Amino acid sequence: MVNKATKPTDTLIGHDAWNIQLDKNGHLKHFLTTEGLGTEILTQILDTAESFADINEKSVKKVPLLRGKTIVNLFFEASTRTRTTFELAAKRLSADVLNINISTSATSKGETLLDTLQNIQAMHCDMFVVRHSDSGAAHYIANNVAQNISVINAGDGSHAHPTQAMLDMFTIRRNKGADFGNLRVAIVGDILHSRVARSQIHALNTLNTGDVRVIAPKTLLPVGIESMGVNVFNDLEAGIKDADVVIMLRLQKERMQGALLPSEQEYFQLYGLTEERLQVAKSDAIVMHPGPINRGVEIDSNVADGPRSVILDQVSNGISVRMAVMTMTLGREPETNNTKQESHKKDGHAADSAGTRK
Amino acid sequence: MSNILSSSILIKNGQLIDPANNINQRADIHIINGKIAAIEAANSIRESDSRQTIDASQLTVIPGLVDCCARLREPGLEHKATINSETVAATRAGITTLCCPPDTNPVIDEPAVVELINQKTAKAAHSKVVMLGALSAGLHGKHLSEIYALKQAGCVGLSNCREPIENSLILKRAFAYAATFDMRVFIEPDEHWLSTGGCAHEGKIATRLGLKGIPVSAETIAIGRALELVAETGVSAHFGRLSSAQGAEMIARAKNEQLPVTADVSAHQLHLTELDISSFNSACHVNPPLRTQRDLEALQNAVASGTIDAICSDHQPHDADAKQAPFASTEAGISSLETLLPLCLRLSQQTSLKLSEVINRITCSPANILGLNAGTLSIGANADICIFDENEDWQLRTDSISSHGKNTPFLGWNFQGKVKHTLVNGELLFSD
Repeated sequence: MVNKATKPTDTLIGHDAWNIQLDKNGHLKHFLTTEGLGTEILTQILDTAESFADINEKSVKKVPLLRGKTIVNLFFEASTRTRTTFELAAKRLSADVLNINISTSATSKGETLLDTLQNIQAMHCDMFVVRHSDSGAAHYIANNVAQNISVINAGDGSHAHPTQAMLDMFTIRRNKGADFGNLRVAIVGDILHSRVARSQIHALNTLNTGDVRVIAPKTLLPVGIESMGVNVFNDLEAGIKDADVVIMLRLQKERMQGALLPSEQEYFQLYGLTEERLQVAKSDAIVMHPGPINRGVEIDSNVADGPRSVILDQVSNGISVRMAVMTMTLGREPETNNTKQESHKKDGHAADSAGTRK
Repeated sequence: MSNILSSSILIKNGQLIDPANNINQRADIHIINGKIAAIEAANSIRESDSRQTIDASQLTVIPGLVDCCARLREPGLEHKATINSETVAATRAGITTLCCPPDTNPVIDEPAVVELINQKTAKAAHSKVVMLGALSAGLHGKHLSEIYALKQAGCVGLSNCREPIENSLILKRAFAYAATFDMRVFIEPDEHWLSTGGCAHEGKIATRLGLKGIPVSAETIAIGRALELVAETGVSAHFGRLSSAQGAEMIARAKNEQLPVTADVSAHQLHLTELDISSFNSACHVNPPLRTQRDLEALQNAVASGTIDAICSDHQPHDADAKQAPFASTEAGISSLETLLPLCLRLSQQTSLKLSEVINRITCSPANILGLNAGTLSIGANADICIFDENEDWQLRTDSISSHGKNTPFLGWNFQGKVKHTLVNGELLFSD
């Protein structure tokens, strides 16, 4: 019999979750995950962030690139650091910012996520910055918002946290240079639940990092993690040996439930980063942490506050990177692009690459 | 004579495939009073002997499909679907008998619920519905349900669906008590400690997407535990909705050891893998989850070898909202009555499995498992018949789905083979 039954090739039905991040011209429309974006776009984010870093150090920290735009921080999950840096980034770009915190209990009262979205959409906004406890929530929202709205993922379940990953790349690049080819980067801790780790792994591999390692006990490593392009270690010292970058992940207290770990003490004994342990890494290795830190659980205070730590730089860099992503996504349309270029020429700010497109 | 004529139908010159009787040839079927009265050489029965003639010269005539697992959502979830809406959809899909698991609300654990469903089915007057009774009271896994009463009420078997019976002693006693009355137990193998909260196969794709995985061991541990108790109690057991290569292997070994076991797989498990969820496609959120290409091929081979006796729809119609959320928060299940036959035909079109063998897995084989006198075209059998055009090309679209549930990942798929007529007890209830 002839093979007639076929799967559809129609993209309307089998939509590609990664390509929805780009518009027809190949520019960044949504920023949902670091997966599937080429080296060019990730590098563009870093370059654009670099130009904003200067602004953030000036006494007047404001550019009018997104004047008249409305950005909604839509947080279904608690966050202080990420939400405030997104808010600052938007304000420094002169956008109007609306913070909406929706506790899970509110949505369980009957309003669906889609209803919530449509209501906020009716307020005529240009961007949603979304955090949600479900993996895939940002993709779901991007697939269901009006055509003109950009979505930035500020963390969805255990899936992705792309702006965090890019601020980490930015921090690495500022400390170690633009060539990631010779770098050994070790990510330590709860890989299983970490959206940060997943986004870092994709970004590091896209930027051609020489050796990406994950280090954790087997209970905190997801099945098949090596297929994402990492070398897997269970021993901390073996894993961070000669590393250029050591990234410590936060260990959530609730992991002691469900028999993932016996105790915080034993975890610190085996995987806690101390000055002594850090000796096996390269002498100029930097130590990173996405925060918030559990001192004495995954990292010793001496290391967190020590000379190798760039943890606070990460936070400042977060603002520049989020400004970059916001201008790249909201500054796409040709008309708005032109007005923006004019306005920022008048202001005479040095944000060269920001807001402009090839 | 006029009396006979008024209720008789001639299906003329169709390609008959009746695996139970090993028939695969052109023939005429004469139906009188709802029963198959005669099967004769093609074009040999005179049209004047019947009130109505169906010209099947371009069509294939098979027994009406028997689906050993379909949720109809009534009683309890009528906003998703009703017995009426789903039996009508089943008729359109060539399925003439549906088996409904007991996880309705109220649970099918007492004769009154059986009676209610029977009444609704009779009123709908389309495909037939048989039921499994709850193995434990309320499906809570603590106490036995009144198994004898459920049997008396007409339940064709017992099941605890995917609800756990954690205590192995209770499970063993439930098996032994069911065996006392020759009731078959229908097991959806699931070790819930390993599956709770999971929504995807534990593997590369779930890891990449950050979704909580369901390991294969959730299936195999449950199968292993049940098989030990089957061996000790002698109960007949049917393992439904296998999803893994290892699960199918365990069933093959049990059959080799002459244990009284049978198994089924849902049609979608033979066509989709974990890769199909990789864009967070909630239409592919099912339980047990879609697994790997290796599992899919092993399941197809198990269907071919007969290790898997039946293919079912595992029909789970949903309202639109149920799938409108981020992946893990959506409800699991596919509305699949209307893709059961098309997907089975696709299996024979794309693998070496013969058409007659595929038909066996959706007619006489599930009928035997359910203990029904159905799924054949034997003389004297109820005239439950599906007539389809093997060559018609068509595309599945939302507006062509009759079920109230439009939740299917097969939208836009092109199929070859379409149901043209369905008869239930000799009544022509659907014609395309």
